[in-house]
Amino acid sequence: MSDTALTDVERIKAESRHLRGTLTESLEDPVTGAIAADDTQLSKFHGIYQQDDRDERSERKRARLEPAYSFMIRARVPAGVCTPEQWLNMDRVANRFANGTIRLTTRQAFQLHGVIKRHLKASIAGINAAMMDTIAACGDVNRNVMAPVLPALSRVHREVQADAERLSDHLTPATRAYHEIWLDGEKLDTPEPEPIYGDTYLPRKFKTAFVVPPQNDVDIYAQDMGFVAIVEDGVLSGYNVTAGGGMGMAHGEIATYPRLADVLGFVPRDALLPVAEAIVTTQRDHGDRTNRKHARLKYTIEDRGLPWFRQEVEARSGVAFSEPAAFSFAGNGDVYGWQRDDAGDWHYILYIENGRVVDLGERQLMTGLRRIAEVHTGEFRLTPNQNLAISNVSDADKASVQALLDDHGIDNDTQASALRLNAMACVALPTCGLAMAESERYLPDLVTQLEAELEAVGLGDEAITIRMTGCPNGCARPYIAEIGLVGKAPGRYNLYLGAGFAGDRLGAAVLDNADEAEIVATLVPLFRRFADEREPGEHFGDYLVRVGIVREVSAGREFHQGAAA
Amino acid sequence: MSSLAAENAVLPIDDARIDRINTALSGLSPAELTWVSGYVLGLAAADTARAAPAGSSALTILYGSQTGNGESVARGLKERAEAAGFRVRLESLADYKPAALKREQLVTFVISTHGEGDPPDDAELMHEFLLGKKAPRLEGLRFAVFALGDSSYVNFCQTGREFDARLADLGAERLLPIVECDVEFAAEADAWTGDMLKKLPELIAADDEAPRLRAVESRAPYDRDRPFSAEVLTNQKITGRNSGKDVRHIELSLEGSGLRYEPGDALAVVADNPPRLIESLIAELGADPLEAVRLGDDMLTFREALGSRLEITAASTSFLKAWAAHAANPELDRLLEPAQQGALTEFLYEHQIIDVVRRFPAVVDAQGFATCLRALGPRSYSIASSLEANPGEVHLTVAAVRYEAFGSEHEGAASTYLADRVAEGDSVRVYVEPNRRFRLPADDTLPIIMIGPGTGVAPFRAFIEERDERAAAGDNWLFFGDRTFTDDFLYQTEWQRYLKSGLLTRLDVAFSRDQSAKVYVQDRIRERAAEVFAWIGKGAYIYVCGDAKRMAGDVHAALADVLSAEGGLSAEAAEQRLKELKRAGRYQRDVY
Repeated sequence: MSDTALTDVERIKAESRHLRGTLTESLEDPVTGAIAADDTQLSKFHGIYQQDDRDERSERKRARLEPAYSFMIRARVPAGVCTPEQWLNMDRVANRFANGTIRLTTRQAFQLHGVIKRHLKASIAGINAAMMDTIAACGDVNRNVMAPVLPALSRVHREVQADAERLSDHLTPATRAYHEIWLDGEKLDTPEPEPIYGDTYLPRKFKTAFVVPPQNDVDIYAQDMGFVAIVEDGVLSGYNVTAGGGMGMAHGEIATYPRLADVLGFVPRDALLPVAEAIVTTQRDHGDRTNRKHARLKYTIEDRGLPWFRQEVEARSGVAFSEPAAFSFAGNGDVYGWQRDDAGDWHYILYIENGRVVDLGERQLMTGLRRIAEVHTGEFRLTPNQNLAISNVSDADKASVQALLDDHGIDNDTQASALRLNAMACVALPTCGLAMAESERYLPDLVTQLEAELEAVGLGDEAITIRMTGCPNGCARPYIAEIGLVGKAPGRYNLYLGAGFAGDRLGAAVLDNADEAEIVATLVPLFRRFADEREPGEHFGDYLVRVGIVREVSAGREFHQGAAA
Repeated sequence: MSSLAAENAVLPIDDARIDRINTALSGLSPAELTWVSGYVLGLAAADTARAAPAGSSALTILYGSQTGNGESVARGLKERAEAAGFRVRLESLADYKPAALKREQLVTFVISTHGEGDPPDDAELMHEFLLGKKAPRLEGLRFAVFALGDSSYVNFCQTGREFDARLADLGAERLLPIVECDVEFAAEADAWTGDMLKKLPELIAADDEAPRLRAVESRAPYDRDRPFSAEVLTNQKITGRNSGKDVRHIELSLEGSGLRYEPGDALAVVADNPPRLIESLIAELGADPLEAVRLGDDMLTFREALGSRLEITAASTSFLKAWAAHAANPELDRLLEPAQQGALTEFLYEHQIIDVVRRFPAVVDAQGFATCLRALGPRSYSIASSLEANPGEVHLTVAAVRYEAFGSEHEGAASTYLADRVAEGDSVRVYVEPNRRFRLPADDTLPIIMIGPGTGVAPFRAFIEERDERAAAGDNWLFFGDRTFTDDFLYQTEWQRYLKSGLLTRLDVAFSRDQSAKVYVQDRIRERAAEVFAWIGKGAYIYVCGDAKRMAGDVHAALADVLSAEGGLSAEAAEQRLKELKRAGRYQRDVY
């Protein structure tokens, strides 16, 4: 592949003068709501995706109007932790410049949708006013660094959060372009050095997470780079380092596949930054820049082998990996409701359907959270499952927080089925340019049908992970959900079954391009058999593999092999 | 055969021309040269005749009109007078020096009134000259005025009346009483032309040597009396789904009609009235829709008359007067008193006929009501296409007028006819209304500045298409404005394409509702004052199309400011400069 030409995105990065491009000129062009084509690649590095309302696309074309362009802004929240002030600030920007909702993402970031071009600058400035930023929230760089919610262990959380923030800072691009373009920072005549990334940054996006077993809420195996905290007697001793996970694939291209990360070995805590930087620079130098569908770290490792990769990282970092410490995961969901940590403070994990913070009828989620943020003295933690933890609530304040939840009709667990509480969908239509099918707007309806079927066979309280995406890129990590649905065309999905409940095994393809009736008709008999034949405590995915209804997918490269009957 | 001697000093011709003549003649045979000698003599005779000053034997017809109606009346008189053997000179007031009036002996004016009593652009200089303090005595002049107007405006035929009264004040002799015509003018024009022709023999001698030309200009194949049924090819909404306006791009087929038009021309559309409004009126009057009513020589049912023959939307002064006679309502009577003119204007702006009928009820039978109403006239739309670029088609940009007033839905008759009541495949009765006062510069290398907010952008789409077809080298600058960028940017993707191709040099946009402070095209013009001034310096033609009530004046003021700020002119000098530009055809307006 190395004899093929570099991708066009590589040219754009190289010519961009460290991500400047012609973004300033694009913002000033009053004749279009879009930015220049090359700038749409660069804006991602600034946390901004150009989108358009796809519901209106053909209607506007006939009306001789350009597409209804707007922008999605993603704000980084390292480790998913934000202050009440930051929450209020995001609420203000969302209501003033975006569509009046906040989307909590599967990678613990904030997303605002529907920001039009002439409001972009004010929105970014507004976000930055509360010491948050959007740089490197997207693009070919290390993106938002994730960390577990960990409501039970306050000290370990503090330490892991500190490491995640340290790493996030270390891997943030050094370019001043962001400040120049969005915050009216002083213009530099010659671009500043970009010590870790160089002039062309990484070949592709790069995702990093920390995790503390036994809860795998961050889906560590789906990350390019992962750090599994090893805690002995309540003390964080170091990390098992993982590499090479990633969800994205393309329909019909078997050279692309989701892949779970490998464990490289154990390193002490103080080796974190050198090892992480070595992983990033190895990918920078060896990742495939000729084919964006083969550019993630997972393919670099597949192509060159894990031993080579481990050696390269050791050589670059000067750190030798030890044998990995033993660990195991119990699940990848969130544990809802009030929980008390080891220091005596309370945490309330709030279920938010598809991560969409919006006032809907009785459930005044956006208003309620605003009211809570106005009085809350602790922090918020965005969970990797698009939910929200109201964290560090003192004993004295717990009742008043609960009262505010009640007052605004925000009620977790009493209404939603276990299936719904473990459901996750990406944004998809109408704004995401990649979507081939509905996701956020459709999954809740499908869940309604399925939960009735589960209830009918006595599985109403059974936690089964179900995830849907509108395209195969896998933002909601569907390939490691026990029921994975990946959009292929309007109303049509691929169905994957048999993934591990803890996100530790890929699902296997069961249906291709299926409509709702086929999906339901396939799942209902399986629910019935599962109810009859399961072993005590056995999860749905494990059961399907054990009895051979679906094959076990033990490696990403085997993902596309035909499914067992 | 020797050539002309260049050194011969007595020749009334310069060396360069002699060279050109020699070049042209070189190599001709003796027979050819003999023919050329006769040809040249003929040319000289014709030229002398044309150059002869208008004497007692000539009728001068001067016209000033915004839509071309005045011009067509003037041409009609010219043709018939010439056919009767009279010498006639026909001129637009735009091309006529006002001071020449005092040398004239026989002049007819065909003059329209624009908006709220303003002279049409072409007649501005003459208007100023006649009504000014320096107007000369005109004792030797005999005149007649044919005035055109629209009685839905209060100061109906105001300019014609002013001309008529002032000419008499200045000592000129009125040959015929002024004729004041409403939008339906064909019959009056015909009668007036006949009256003039009867007068002519006592005033001037028919000249046997004058060319008796018939059908000087070929009649348009379709006109007001005989509109063409054009098939609707496209009826496409071009505002976004959140727009407060419904603007349609309408494409009509002219296939088989032979109709031609130039960019800048208008298309007259003969529209049927809104059915809901017809039924509301019938119900409001308690009339029998099948009752027969007489319109001129025609008998038809009341519903048919309301449907396609009578103006039932726009209220006019004449309607109010006729209705007042039935209603006997003191409030309405007071409104019609001369002192209430301001209030009347406001009232007519706000009320449709149905609102008057509801507010001042009266017992009127079908015939009585029909008699109150004017004939239904066509509605004109500035053509939005170039015929060269769209052979066999004509495009319009139509804002459907729909609004709520006095507790009921109101509609514009023609705009909703085009938007709602004709579908693709249906046909629409149309004819072309030439507008010679709104034309691209003949010189394609000259730059143009087009100012067209809202549907005023329509003719500029035609201009740009035409400049594209002609591969015109001149720069093109468009100022466009509307309410919102997202939903009201008419023809956005077309302008983007023209910008990309370089045909459109600049595009400045103003969207009034996209920010708290409203921004309009005139603000953009002021912001770009230096460049606008530079373009004018390079010979740019300026075109303004759209709303006459406010926009045209605001843009005019902005242009004056540009000339003051960048050219160091006083306010008066800037106005004077704009007048000169107008006079030179470099500042043209199509406002309504």
